[in-house]
Amino acid sequence: MICVAARLFQDGTTAFIGTGIPMLAAMLAMKTKAPNLVPVFEFGGTGAILEKLPRAVGEARTFHKAISASGICDTMETAQRGFIDYGFLGGAQIDCYGNLNSTTIGEHDRPKARLPGSGGGNDVGSLCWMTVAIMQHDKRRFVPQVDFITTPGFLSGAGAREKAGLPRGTGPVNVVSTLALMDYDKISCRMRLVATHPGVTVDDVIANTGFDLIIPEKVGVNAPPNVEELRLLREEIDPEKLYI
Amino acid sequence: MEIIANGRGELIQPPDLEAFREWNRTQKSRKLIDKLMTEREAVEKFVFDGCYIGTELYGTVRCPMSITREVVRQRKKDLRVCGQGVAELDLWLAAGLVKKLDITYIGLEVYGTSFALRRAVESGQVETCVEWSNGAISWRMKAAAMGVPFIPVRAMLGSDTFNYSAAKVVNDPSTNLPVCLLPALILDVGLIHVHRADRFGNAQIDGITGFAFEMARASRRLIISAEEIVPTEEIRKQPDRTIIPYFLVDAVVHAPFGSHPGEMAYAYERDDVVYREWIEASKTADGAQAYLEKYIFDVKDHAAYLDLIGKSRLEQLVEQRERKE
Repeated sequence: MICVAARLFQDGTTAFIGTGIPMLAAMLAMKTKAPNLVPVFEFGGTGAILEKLPRAVGEARTFHKAISASGICDTMETAQRGFIDYGFLGGAQIDCYGNLNSTTIGEHDRPKARLPGSGGGNDVGSLCWMTVAIMQHDKRRFVPQVDFITTPGFLSGAGAREKAGLPRGTGPVNVVSTLALMDYDKISCRMRLVATHPGVTVDDVIANTGFDLIIPEKVGVNAPPNVEELRLLREEIDPEKLYI
Repeated sequence: MEIIANGRGELIQPPDLEAFREWNRTQKSRKLIDKLMTEREAVEKFVFDGCYIGTELYGTVRCPMSITREVVRQRKKDLRVCGQGVAELDLWLAAGLVKKLDITYIGLEVYGTSFALRRAVESGQVETCVEWSNGAISWRMKAAAMGVPFIPVRAMLGSDTFNYSAAKVVNDPSTNLPVCLLPALILDVGLIHVHRADRFGNAQIDGITGFAFEMARASRRLIISAEEIVPTEEIRKQPDRTIIPYFLVDAVVHAPFGSHPGEMAYAYERDDVVYREWIEASKTADGAQAYLEKYIFDVKDHAAYLDLIGKSRLEQLVEQRERKE
């Protein structure tokens, strides 16, 4: 999952990085295909050289040898002006339009489970050009309808983002899950399978998805992590074994 | 402007701009007054039951923990809180001090969901949670800092985060685009921890500034805690680092390791041993209570707290810090 996410970063782009897997993926990307990636952390770190894995979006590693250490209004306004290409997000639930929930399970006012809330998620999903969700893949998480739209995907479908006033041309582009890589159908804005991880079948993906995922005629298989990617992850990126 | 949609959340702290201007005219001295005091004095004087209070920065980073613990020690109650907080708001929630929340994110980051938040909200102890994004709450403070009633933004739109906020969507009269109007947020009390300050309140931060600039200007009362109290000449040597000028400040508290168990950029690293102790303890209400006893009620002040942590441990954290190079 980390390697598949890392391969999505394009060199010479800007990307909003959240806590966890996105940090690992960004570091791996910067050490492989995207050395000129500009990581942006919401509380003000822009263009850090990620020598050590950050554990939180505000800590000093997020502005280590950075080009700028400013504040949250600056980074969010930079996204609002159209400067941030990618945003990497997680959530407790996702639906077929890429809407994400990280707020409550059950009724908002009497929740079964109170989750952390939006954090920067709503801003990132609203304002970055392209958002990528990173998710554990099971039926509890890939649901027909999220209990709460914390972060907008395509909302109710084609044209809904623009109608709500969200910046034109923005929205979800990919989902990287523990089972597969997905994208979205251009017309219907519904989630579509692109490629499964090695050892995972299309049926596995369908069985673990709570909505009708579009299955194209040709489904690829993601390349497994190569020796160099594994070495970088184990020896350079996460030697403290925070995540892997 | 035509209102297209209203968030259904309560506007917990409606802004009164004229009162804020009047406050700033009459209650905030332009004179250089020595504001150095203990955390006990600062909290006694400026934090009151039912006040609307906020803390800066985020997660475990540069949080005003010594002041946060003093608020618990003095059992200030019915707090209305704006929250992108982890370490500090977790303690207030566990101590049962929070009545209403303008919530953005309260969680343990890589360690997952906050147990204290879950207990406090799912039991109904917190009466209301009004939803905002991290950007939105900072922009609300920015509006207050600008002295204007609202700020238009292009986030929040179309989401349930908006539906359960107290924002509005209008058609912008010039472009006809729907925009989200965030109401200004004027806090009764702001708590900010900084690297250095002089005794008048001129305060400097190293590294990212989070939303300290905005919160300092959006607060009627502002308590600054500082790692170091320096002579004003030190401040004047690098005025570009002064995020907070003295006239915004009501109290200055000397708090070395004031962010512990969190970290302070270039000064010391997070204390993962104590932080994980909180995470384990907070899994149950009893565990959380025992932690509060050990680290707050059983120590009389911040100096005693640091004695409990121990000098050698603190020295290790300094040794492990991220360096500027």
